[in-house]
Amino acid sequence: MTSPVVEFQRVSKSYFRGEQEIPVLKDFSLSVPPGRFLAIMGPSGSGKTTILNLVAGLDRPTQGTIRAAGLAVSQQGESDLARWRARHIGFVFQFYNLIPVLTASENVELPLLLSTLTRQERVKHVHAALGLVGLKDRIHHYPRQLSGGQEQRVGIARAIVSDPTILLADEPTGNLDRTAAESVMALLSRLHRELNKTILMVTHDPRAAEYAQETIHFDKGTVTSS
Amino acid sequence: MTLGTLMVRNLRRHPLRVILTALGIATVILAFNLIVTTVRAWYAGVEASVPNRLITRHAASLSIHLPLAYRDRIATLDGVTGVTYANWFGGVYRDAKGFFPQFAVEPASFLGLHTELAMPADERQAFLSDRRGCLIGRRLAALYGWKVGDVIALKGTLYPGDWEFVVRGIYRGTDAATDETWMLLRWDYMNERRQQSDPDRAGTVGWYVIRIADPSLAGRVSRSVDAEFANSTSETRTETEQAFQAGFVAMSGAIISALKLLAIVLNGVTLLVLANTLVMAVRERTKELAVLRTLGFRPRHLAGLVTGEALLIAGIGSALGIAITIPASHFYGVLVAARLGNFFQHLTFYPSTLLLSASVTLCIAVCAAVFPILALLRDKIAEDLHNAG
Repeated sequence: MTSPVVEFQRVSKSYFRGEQEIPVLKDFSLSVPPGRFLAIMGPSGSGKTTILNLVAGLDRPTQGTIRAAGLAVSQQGESDLARWRARHIGFVFQFYNLIPVLTASENVELPLLLSTLTRQERVKHVHAALGLVGLKDRIHHYPRQLSGGQEQRVGIARAIVSDPTILLADEPTGNLDRTAAESVMALLSRLHRELNKTILMVTHDPRAAEYAQETIHFDKGTVTSS
Repeated sequence: MTLGTLMVRNLRRHPLRVILTALGIATVILAFNLIVTTVRAWYAGVEASVPNRLITRHAASLSIHLPLAYRDRIATLDGVTGVTYANWFGGVYRDAKGFFPQFAVEPASFLGLHTELAMPADERQAFLSDRRGCLIGRRLAALYGWKVGDVIALKGTLYPGDWEFVVRGIYRGTDAATDETWMLLRWDYMNERRQQSDPDRAGTVGWYVIRIADPSLAGRVSRSVDAEFANSTSETRTETEQAFQAGFVAMSGAIISALKLLAIVLNGVTLLVLANTLVMAVRERTKELAVLRTLGFRPRHLAGLVTGEALLIAGIGSALGIAITIPASHFYGVLVAARLGNFFQHLTFYPSTLLLSASVTLCIAVCAAVFPILALLRDKIAEDLHNAG
C-alpha cells in the first residue's frame, strides 16, 4: 500500500483576535495518495486556504499533526521548512503573485536560484517549463505585458519548474475569465496526467473542480461531503 | 539571473525615492568629510610629532620663559643626544588675519634636530649666515607669494616694534604631516633687540627641544630633566612632543568634541533616512517577500536581499558624496582661509577620510537594514500573503 503524500491527523486550527478564538479547522483528517488531483471546495472563510497553508508549512496547526512529502511539517523550524518547500512544494496563487520587476523567465527561474543547478541548466529548465505552459514566446515579457491567463500560466511554470512533489493551487482560476480559466485548468489537468503530479486545489468554482479526480466540500472547518 | 538582479531591479521601482535618499546620504558624507578634515587639521601638529623629541617648558606656564643656561645642563643628561630652543614670536603680517606660526630659533641646532625640514644646502647656509634671515615653509611661501630674497615685515606683539626679515630659504616637509607654514627666524637677532627694549626678559627661551637616543627613554629622560631643575626658581615640565602638541589641541577640546558629536549625529541621520526608505520599500513589497518565502527562500536570503538594497543605496550615496566632497573641500579650504586666515595650516583633504566616510556609511547601511529585516521575519507568511497588496 502506498503511503499518503499528504496526511492530516485530527488537525485543528484557530486564529485569535485578542481573547476571542476563531476556529477554522476542527479535528480535520485527510489522506491524499501520491498522484491524486484533489479539489477542495467551500464558501469564503470556510478554511480552504488554511489547509493549503498548513500543507506548505506557511502556518502551524493549533492541534494535530501534518505530514507532507515525507516531513512532519508541523514540527519543523522556519529554515528547514523553507528548504523543504523549495524542493517539494509548488504554489499557484489566485492573483499570480509574479514579481513585477522580473520578466516571465526570471520569475520562473526564481525557485531554481535555491538549487545547485548551473546558469545554463537553470535556463534549460525555465525554457522547458515555459514551453509546457505554452509561453515560450513570452519569456522576455514583464508581468504587466501579459494577460491575466498568461500571468497565471507563468505562475504555474514557476510552481512546476523545480519539479515539486506537491502542487498547491489556491483559487487558480479565481481572477480569470471563463476562457482563460478553462485554459489554466486544462493545463493543470495535463500536468497531473502527464507528470503524475499530486495537486491540491482550493476553488469555489464547480467547473474548475470538475477537472479534479476527487472533490471534498468544506464548511466551517469540517468536511461536509466528498 | 541572481538575487543581485532582483536587488538592482527593486531600486528601479522608485527611482526618485532612491535618488533623494542617495542625495541625502551624499550630503551627510560631504558634511562628515568636512568635519573630519577640520578635526584632523586640529590634530595635525600631534600627527607631525616625532617620537624621539621631548619638550621642556616652565612648569607653571608656557608663557613663563626658562633661562638659556638650562641648555648646557640638559645636554649633559643621560639619554640626551641634542638640545635646541625656541621662542614663540607672535608677529602679525599686515593684519590679524595674517597669522602664521613664527618661531625664533637657534638655527644650527634647531635644523639639526628637525630633520623633517628639508631645503637646498645653499639656502640653509644663507639662513645660518644672516642674522636677519628667515626660513619659511613651502605652503606659507605659496600663500603669500614669497620667494627667496623677499623682505617680510611683521608687527611685533610679544616683542613690540616693526621687524623685517629676509627670506633666505624655503623648506619643504619630508613627510606629509610636516607643517609647511612655519616661519623660522633667528633667536640671537630677536634677543639682541630684546636686550635693548626689554632687558629683563633677554636671554630666556620659551621652551627646549630635546632629542633622545631612543623613544623608549622618554619617560626616564623627562623625569631626569625635571629633577635637574626641581626646587629652582624655574622648575620645568618635560613631556613628549606629541603630548605637548596634544595639550594645545586640548585647549580647543570643547569645539572638537562638539564637531565629533556632530559627525556622530550626522551618521545617525543617515541611519534614520536609510532605515525609513528600507522600511517603506519592504512594507510595499510585503506580499512579494511572502511569495519568495513560499517559494523556499530562507530568512537569510531575505536578509541578504534587504541588506543588499541598503548597501546599493548607501553605495550610490557614498559615490555621490565622494564625488562632491573633492571639489567642495577645495572651496571649503578657500572659504576657511578667507574667514580665518591661516588658522588651519593643515586643512588638507586626505583620501583616507573618504574611505572612512564610505566605510562608516556602508556599516550604517547594514545597521539600517536590521529594522525592516526584523519586522519582516516577525511577519507570518500566510498573513502577509492574505493581507498585503
